[in-house]
Amino acid sequence: MHAHAASMTIPHTVTPRPDTGLYNARLGIWLFLASEVMLFGALFSSYILLRVGASEWPQRQLSIPLGTLNTLVLILSSISVVMAWLALKHKEFGRFKLWQGATVLLALLFLTVKAFEYHDKFTHYYVQTRDGRSWTGHLEGKPFNLTLARLQAGATPPTEIVFHPDAAGHGRTGGKTDHAEALRLPVSELVKLEAFGPWRNTFYAIYFVLTGLHALHVIGGILVLGYFWGPGSRMWFREPERFTNRIEVAGLYWHFVELVWIFLFPTLYLL
Amino acid sequence: MSLKAFHIVFVLSTILLCFGFGAWAIHDRLQGGGVVEFVLGLLALAGGLAMMVYFKAVLKKLRDISTF
Repeated sequence: MHAHAASMTIPHTVTPRPDTGLYNARLGIWLFLASEVMLFGALFSSYILLRVGASEWPQRQLSIPLGTLNTLVLILSSISVVMAWLALKHKEFGRFKLWQGATVLLALLFLTVKAFEYHDKFTHYYVQTRDGRSWTGHLEGKPFNLTLARLQAGATPPTEIVFHPDAAGHGRTGGKTDHAEALRLPVSELVKLEAFGPWRNTFYAIYFVLTGLHALHVIGGILVLGYFWGPGSRMWFREPERFTNRIEVAGLYWHFVELVWIFLFPTLYLL
Repeated sequence: MSLKAFHIVFVLSTILLCFGFGAWAIHDRLQGGGVVEFVLGLLALAGGLAMMVYFKAVLKKLRDISTF
């Protein structure tokens, strides 16, 4: 029984099945990607319905230079992932390692830029006072995700905050200054103090859900691509064709992640 | 669909994105938009042209790759 199991080989890991014309992993990844299309499709549909139904919609909330940089990073990583696969097709393992490593580094760079963007949102605040006045801007010291309750809950709560309101036209880059003159606001006068997290409004809820989900997919991609760059690459020496197919499947997944971003960037950053 | 075919889809989508971004940036500048966005849009147009060159090169490179 055990001897029989040891001698068994899984069919169609390299050669295509005659009925589908696909090897197992390619069929599997497309079934998975079909479910992903439904997931992101549902979220995009929700976004469209919410936006069309809204009386007003916030625009220019995100940094276009950072979004553009991340778009460029993902485009380059999709090219490098194909180059890694092509290197294996040409039996050049050294070149594969180089391109695959570059893909992982580019994916890490994408996440780093995204982390900067998220941090910027969690240090950007909306403040409202009892007399109905409100501002958006930054608190002195740029604290992370502070709320009025947390501000007042400290051992020695401050009596006032120093707030740097956004200058008029904030959101458009290239202006002379990012902030107007600093304001000293008594804490007792504040009725609202919140960062630009997902709770801020529908736009931010959608932004964090879509980009957060996308970032999780990038993390998943880093784990898979990183594994095939590192310990998983040993398979090349035992079953080179099967390993090449695995890299192709990982590349298909990575292209899907990139394609999602190609929709996300104009939708969230430009329009 | 093979990686070869999906890569072609990806390159075409990227070209569309680059030219779309460029057109958006020009329109935005005409409406009084920022200089940085305009410059990025121009760079995107250049990127779109670069991707067209890459598309031609990668088609040649992928021609002999069999993916059944």
